[in-house]
Amino acid sequence: MRKIFNKRLVELAEHDERIHMVLADIGYGEIESFAEKFPNRYYNVGVAEQNMTGVACGLAMEGNIAVTYSIANFPTLRCLEQVRNDVCYHNANVKIVIIGGGVSYGALGVSHHSTEDIAIMRALPNIVVVVPCDPKEAKYAVDAMIAHDGPVYYRCGYKNESDVHDGEIDFSFGKALTVREGSDCTVIFCGPIGSEAKKAVEKLANEGLSCDLISMHTIKPIDKDAILGSVRKTGRLVTIEEHNLSGGLGSAVAEVLADGQLTGVKFKRMGFPDVYVHEVGSQAWLRTLYGLDSKGIEDTIKTLCSE
Amino acid sequence: MSTSYEQFSNRIRRHCLHMAHIGESGHIGSMLSCVDLMVVLYGGNVLRFRPDDPKWIDRDRFIMSKGHAGAAVYAVLTEHGFFPNEWMDTYYQDNGKLMGHISHYVPGVEYSTGSLGHGLSVCCGMALAAKEKNKHHRIFCMLSDGDCNEGSTWEAIMFAGQEKLDNIITIVDYNKIQALGFVKDIIDLGNIGKKISDFGWAVKEINGHDHQEIERTLMQVPFENGKPSFIVAHTVKGKGVSFLENTVASHYAKITDQMLEDALKELGDK
Repeated sequence: MRKIFNKRLVELAEHDERIHMVLADIGYGEIESFAEKFPNRYYNVGVAEQNMTGVACGLAMEGNIAVTYSIANFPTLRCLEQVRNDVCYHNANVKIVIIGGGVSYGALGVSHHSTEDIAIMRALPNIVVVVPCDPKEAKYAVDAMIAHDGPVYYRCGYKNESDVHDGEIDFSFGKALTVREGSDCTVIFCGPIGSEAKKAVEKLANEGLSCDLISMHTIKPIDKDAILGSVRKTGRLVTIEEHNLSGGLGSAVAEVLADGQLTGVKFKRMGFPDVYVHEVGSQAWLRTLYGLDSKGIEDTIKTLCSE
Repeated sequence: MSTSYEQFSNRIRRHCLHMAHIGESGHIGSMLSCVDLMVVLYGGNVLRFRPDDPKWIDRDRFIMSKGHAGAAVYAVLTEHGFFPNEWMDTYYQDNGKLMGHISHYVPGVEYSTGSLGHGLSVCCGMALAAKEKNKHHRIFCMLSDGDCNEGSTWEAIMFAGQEKLDNIITIVDYNKIQALGFVKDIIDLGNIGKKISDFGWAVKEINGHDHQEIERTLMQVPFENGKPSFIVAHTVKGKGVSFLENTVASHYAKITDQMLEDALKELGDK
């Protein structure tokens, strides 16, 4: 997915001189194309994420679009106050991009897991929070990010994510995408874990259980109509995210249900409990360990539907 | 020129005291130490600005990184006509126009700060943007000595030197007192000029209360082509009011009715 991100950004930068990249010495093997094509719009500030974010903000204050880009928590939590006070408070046209949302970096360990970022970033005023699930969404989300005038947080996967959407998609911020329709349960996910959700939902369909499967690629602003419309129909809801349960997608969806006065919904949130994922293993193995693989999702939906 | 700067500084100090008094707020010492620098910066021979067009594209940018002393900037801006003098009466007040830490919602304020260590990085981004477009405006930044405790400030210092951003001029209001004590007892900055010059800046040290020396120095920037300029301005915290001068308490002291009366009396109506 990160290859798609970088390729699309270069394509857009060919036609938009406002686009700059500001890096903190991360991006080997990916960012060279931008750096070689646009050396005057590329800055590596060294291993200094606070300065990276401040420099990006200064560039943006002068009419540019500045993209910061790094691994997991480096361009978000390491420099959170710069993101808040500089980027978001000034509504600066800065795009904060992480590679390796969730536990994409698997065995690299907790420092490289991004499992609280959605909660933290969506708490900031003025910012759009986007979590593309597959190569198609990843590409269109770059277009939307550049077209949007203001801060965007873009949570990118790492590599080899499979397609979740079968056909073409009509992507815009704040408008969820339905992957398949059903009537027994609403299943809402964000990010590449959608491929696990899709597998589960397809298997259940063969067993006679039909689900609305929805990609909530934009966590902020969230698509309230898509949530309420589907849940009013099904009365059941499962949310799935590669993120801690505190404050992420599931929480954002719960807020919509509460604000919409929707009661009596059977609702289960799936994600990491309130922990650091300290166990050693690949993304796939860790997902399985925490019940976030297709089997775990399938079981959860089945249980909810049988209650 | 010196006499008028003297008069103007006195007026700005009175405004600062007035705001700190009605706001029952802190940071008067930090405001008073940078007043002479602010007065010269906005005195007509240094910063290029247009009060009737605060966002004029060719203005020099000024970022007050020590945003807790924002009242000193407000006082100078209102005296230059950026907004009505009466706004100062609303400092810290409910539904007021002026918040304690400097805000870009105020006409003439380039950038909001308040948490230390933010200003210089943003200046670097603005300086890069100016160079890319071959624009000739300059980017000025004022730091406190507390700002120089922040790692992010040093990230920006290293970067500005590396990128040879000679359109940046940074002044440290070196009053040698921070929130809880004297700089030498907390994080001793020592010969800060030497440290900064080691990262590729051109550095000068001045008396930050000598208007003529401040102006002479600021009119020489950039000190060297290809290097950002750094001015170590030696100042006195609380300058101009004897019972505030060089005291740690002046960082947080509330200005009582009696203190205001005594301070204004001491300043006189020059």
